[in-house]
Amino acid sequence: MLNNSLSRFAIVSIGIIFVWIVLFAFLPQLLVFIASFLTKGSQQMIEFEGNLENYTRLADPIYLKIFWDSFVLALITALLCLVIAYPFAAILARTSVQWRPILLILIIIPFWTSSLVRTYALIAIIKTKGLLNALLLWLGIISAPLELMYTETAVFIGMVYTLLPFMILPLFASIEKIDPRLLEAAGDLGAGFWNKLVKITIPLTMPGIIAGFMLVFLPALGMFYIPDLLGGAKNLIIGSFIRNQFLTFRDWPFGSAASMLLTFLMLALVAVYYRSQKVVESKDSA
Amino acid sequence: MALLELIDLSKNYKEIEVLKNISLEINNGEFLTLLGPSGCGKTTILRLIGGFEEPSSGKILLDGQSIDQLPSHKRATNTVFQSYALFPHMSVFDNIAFGLKMSKTPQDEITRRVNEILETVQLSEHAHKKPSQLSGGQQQRVAIARAVVNKPLILLLDESLSALDYKLRKEMQIELKMLQRKLGITFLFVTHDQEEALSMSDRIVVMNKGVIEQIGTPKEIYEEPKTIFVAKFIGEVNTFECTLISQNDQEAIVQYEDKSFMLKTAKTISHDVNILIRPEDLRVERKFEDVRSPNYFQTTLEQISYKGTTIDLVLKLKNGNIILASEFYNEDSDALGYTIGETLYVYWVDGWEVILDAE
Repeated sequence: MLNNSLSRFAIVSIGIIFVWIVLFAFLPQLLVFIASFLTKGSQQMIEFEGNLENYTRLADPIYLKIFWDSFVLALITALLCLVIAYPFAAILARTSVQWRPILLILIIIPFWTSSLVRTYALIAIIKTKGLLNALLLWLGIISAPLELMYTETAVFIGMVYTLLPFMILPLFASIEKIDPRLLEAAGDLGAGFWNKLVKITIPLTMPGIIAGFMLVFLPALGMFYIPDLLGGAKNLIIGSFIRNQFLTFRDWPFGSAASMLLTFLMLALVAVYYRSQKVVESKDSA
Repeated sequence: MALLELIDLSKNYKEIEVLKNISLEINNGEFLTLLGPSGCGKTTILRLIGGFEEPSSGKILLDGQSIDQLPSHKRATNTVFQSYALFPHMSVFDNIAFGLKMSKTPQDEITRRVNEILETVQLSEHAHKKPSQLSGGQQQRVAIARAVVNKPLILLLDESLSALDYKLRKEMQIELKMLQRKLGITFLFVTHDQEEALSMSDRIVVMNKGVIEQIGTPKEIYEEPKTIFVAKFIGEVNTFECTLISQNDQEAIVQYEDKSFMLKTAKTISHDVNILIRPEDLRVERKFEDVRSPNYFQTTLEQISYKGTTIDLVLKLKNGNIILASEFYNEDSDALGYTIGETLYVYWVDGWEVILDAE
């Protein structure tokens, strides 16, 4: 009886999620997929005339460069996040249990505000007459205001700021799991700080590193409003490119094709991620 | 000269004094055991020597050099951790080679020395396995091999056998002792198991509540305990709280309840004194005529337990106190024929008692 009602509950709850995903994630994706094989219309948005031209057009070096630039942007963002988040996560994992929730909440609080709003707030900080310059000038660290806005630096500041928590949390989870005795043992056997880090901590937190990397890299690849707002849309990246195809050029099929290419790229990366996780796991249990 | 010297070593955690002015010398090549109940500070001593904690005060000299300010990776000590702390992502070989790699030993020497020690601990065929694929006893041996391969001046073993089951622990005790003889490395072993301490050590340091109660050979610790704590912690002991009646330079007469005992001792005894007698030092007789000492008790048999090599008797004195007596078992012994409730006479051989002033 209990089992029955439990399974009914399971069916209902999973059913709702299933319907939700089909309606709002799978169907739109399917429409985009279909649209990517259609033709741009002069009267309507789309003409139902199948072709592969949208994809062949993407092979143009101009567009490939957009993909490449986006890839590099996402990669550097993920690497910056990793370098910044690792020490933070390590400190967090070694913080006493009574302070840890406070630090964790500080990481999570920004999620309570729309990241678009936070990006505007960031502009208020880093613009020429913004808070950061005012502070640095007041402290006498710089004599002329930094021209950060509409530079690559600004884009990276924005990207890293927004995506950092996605790196910190999985890293924290994996660093926390390391038995402190292992580090003591390494020290006992003659390993100093760097050897402990390189030979023990990093290999043992590889699952967390890979997870965090994917959680930052994938969103960074499709992110368009941060580079647009902070970078002044000087370098076109995939996200903005797709948006432009839909909203500015009204070329839905071409935008769809670019979107699908991005989706396939991400799927490939997720597949690589799963394989690497499996390798790590089988190494553990082997 | 002592290999390792602890001088007036103290350790506090916030307000709590874990170690109080510990002074201890460890000789080269010795198997020394720190023995005590949990929380007595024995593991803290090991962690201070290993460099995982800093002393609040005092000095640690290794081979004449002060090491208390050195980080653990610069000390010529190696530790076998209670939980082994093997690196899960490395093979057995790489685990053992870790210390040698850290000291930048040439690769061919690493291979040679690791293979040599693998053979010593009989794990050669497991060299390429991960620690998780090994049994507890094998992991234990990897942990020992990983430490001794570095040829430390002193090997620190933290409750290293307590995770193993009884039979394996007995085997490892013998193996460990043999390994120590073979390698000639000084072993500092921490345990709460008195039997383990007695069977393996050259000397035992008995600790309680952050202080050393007694240092001595297993025989001294067992037969001549200096404090009641040591007597009670190492094996079973019967304690009789007595008061002194009279004493001359050959003997003392003490009173226990309504009985008086004559003790052959030249030692000056204080007014309140404890007489300690090990259960196996008590003789049990059915007939009063067989009692060969004026120091005897009339008892009632409460319980018999057969232990294989001994038969343990639980006996009740007239005042209701309980004493324990162990008889070595042999086929002719009449101990097995005792019936519960029977009256038995118990005495001890003159001079086998331990006399301790009451604390």
